[in-house]
Amino acid sequence: MKDLLTIGDLGADGIQEIMHAADSFAEVCQRPIPKVPALRGKTIASMFFEDSTRTRTSFETAAKRLSADVMNFSASSSSVNKGESLRDTVETIEAMGVDAIIVRHKSSGAPEQISRWANASVINGGDGWHAHPTQSLLDVYTIREEGRTFDGLRIAIVGDISHSRVARSNIEAFRTLGAEVTLVAPPTLLPPHVEALGAHVSHDLDAVLANTDVLYLLRMQHERMDQALVPSLGEYHRAFGLTLDRAKRLPSSALIMHPGPMNRGIEISPEVIDDERVRVLNQVTNGVIVRMAVLYLVLGSAAADRSAS
Amino acid sequence: MSVFIHGGQILGPNGVERADVLVTGSSIVGTGLDLPVPGNARHIDAAGCYVMPGLVDLHAHLREPGTEEAETIETGARGAALGGYTAVVAMPNTTPTIDSPSLVRDVLAIAEGALCEVVPAAAMTVGREGQLLTPMGELARMGVRIFTDDGRGVQDPALMRSIMEYATGLEAITGGAPVVLAQHCEIEALSAGGHMHEGEWSTRLGIGGQPSESETLMMLRDIALARRTGAHIHFQHVSTGEGVEIIRQAKADGVKVTAEVTTHHFTLTDEACSSYDPVFKVHPPLRTAADVDAIRAGLADGTIDCIATDHAPHEPHTKEFPFDQAPPGMLGLESALALALTELDLPIERVSELMSSNPAAIAGIGDRHGNPVEAGQRANLVVVDAESEWTIRGTAMASRSHNTPYEGRTVKGKVRFTVLDGELTVDDGVATR
Repeated sequence: MKDLLTIGDLGADGIQEIMHAADSFAEVCQRPIPKVPALRGKTIASMFFEDSTRTRTSFETAAKRLSADVMNFSASSSSVNKGESLRDTVETIEAMGVDAIIVRHKSSGAPEQISRWANASVINGGDGWHAHPTQSLLDVYTIREEGRTFDGLRIAIVGDISHSRVARSNIEAFRTLGAEVTLVAPPTLLPPHVEALGAHVSHDLDAVLANTDVLYLLRMQHERMDQALVPSLGEYHRAFGLTLDRAKRLPSSALIMHPGPMNRGIEISPEVIDDERVRVLNQVTNGVIVRMAVLYLVLGSAAADRSAS
Repeated sequence: MSVFIHGGQILGPNGVERADVLVTGSSIVGTGLDLPVPGNARHIDAAGCYVMPGLVDLHAHLREPGTEEAETIETGARGAALGGYTAVVAMPNTTPTIDSPSLVRDVLAIAEGALCEVVPAAAMTVGREGQLLTPMGELARMGVRIFTDDGRGVQDPALMRSIMEYATGLEAITGGAPVVLAQHCEIEALSAGGHMHEGEWSTRLGIGGQPSESETLMMLRDIALARRTGAHIHFQHVSTGEGVEIIRQAKADGVKVTAEVTTHHFTLTDEACSSYDPVFKVHPPLRTAADVDAIRAGLADGTIDCIATDHAPHEPHTKEFPFDQAPPGMLGLESALALALTELDLPIERVSELMSSNPAAIAGIGDRHGNPVEAGQRANLVVVDAESEWTIRGTAMASRSHNTPYEGRTVKGKVRFTVLDGELTVDDGVATR
């Protein structure tokens, strides 16, 4: 595996390989000194063209626990305005000598474009509305950690599907592993031709709740109201938020997940945040573990490819 | 100086026939099989080739003035000649916008000596800002016949109505020649944030979509206004099957409407965007296979009048930005005829109508372009070997840019010779200067 751009690149076997690697890194993270020399001497460029403290910190922590050197690159939108193309920017960074590039970009497809120009491995840290494969992998890990099997697992993803890279990658990952995915949103927050994503669709969270094994809430952006996609965040909360009443109707064995950061009072009521079914902090912990596995497999196999050629 | 084109099939007044063509000066002086050929005539072997009226493109971006690093009138016209064109309508979305008589004069002056006739279109609104009318009367007086804000549509319906009404009064100036309002149909409130066709592929790729209705709603509006005002509305780069049907109906109702489609809208679909390569980004966007089928049907049945290129050169590095940041547009002049011959199952006479006589009539240059190959006509001709195969390569083109979406595609139909006003602009596949 040279690059990790989408879940589709992995398939079920690729996901399982990463899960197994993550299991061993989970053990590393339990040690008093949670660090191994696996990637000593490797340089990883973290290119965040869009701010994301959480994802950047998670990747950096993962890289450092593997003893890699991390080079930080923050692209302000001004460098784009100065006329430097994406290719120019990437070739400049690569010329400094990097083994892998983690890309976060507000434009869908930017990591795929970069992978065509770069010799280094490219890891997608989230692109536009398109994909966020490491988020999906950490979500899979979190569900799997609970002893759940995906075959037939009923997962409801609730919220702004249209503008969500997490939704697109998670639908792909969950379905690849055999889960049944239902998207729950008002029609304005579903992409046109949503059937292309291969999931069930509902506009009624209450009708879905009782038959849900994993309730996955997406972050609701305030700007969707300005775009007249929802009347108000209050109405959104009443129709699609996890209220205390809905939490009571959700099966006791269900898991509640969210990619963070949560909007209290919008996707989820404050009184539900501490519900014992919520796995949000486990997701964050597992993010480091899974990203260690991804970095290790990408850089390990890329090194093997290079020595083979 | 005479040119003797022998051995070809000409597209004459009676259709395709085997005939030689003798050109003297800037005119065709004879066609037939036993022409008296002057001793000093240049002989051109057209065996296996069609000898057709030179092509006319209603829609090209030559980028001069303002973006000469992407294309100049000189390089664009050279590419046009290599593509078989003898006239090209230059879009006014340059920097500055071609919206005044002085800028039209500038373009005409730069275009002197170019390898094809460059016909400047002028903007409908000052700076293409959709606020104020350009001096359409003065522009019409100096010969401008096509007005367009191409790159944008006129968003304000009241302004569009006013433009149409004003235009109908200009025929007093043009001596009855039609003044054509060429609309880029796009309701921006619907297409905002969109970078490709809104459909299954935009959903999968997570790219903002431009719904078909952003095109069709403006078409419906303009048809209603054209019906009221009697203006001649021309729809540029129709991309939707629904749009083709709207035009079919409007024509049946007697509205003065004409329409063009681009080569890429009948050869490519939105699936091409799945690589996120901005070379496939274009406005209006590549749409679905069903749209392609409807456009092809419209080309065959006469609903669509013209094939245009929407030739839109962009410097290579500008297409190395993320998909949503890269500029829209594709090269077209050097590949359009071959794609039409390869991809469309149409008789050569219909291809010639779509690419020569119809656009020439709409552009108001039918006196000198797009006429049957016969004695007395201006010698604007193309000699094309319809069966000869070649492979499209961006870097092999005369354009200063390389952004062809057909890189590596093998097509048939090779331009051997192009004749502009009796002079060779392309000689055995090579531009003469």
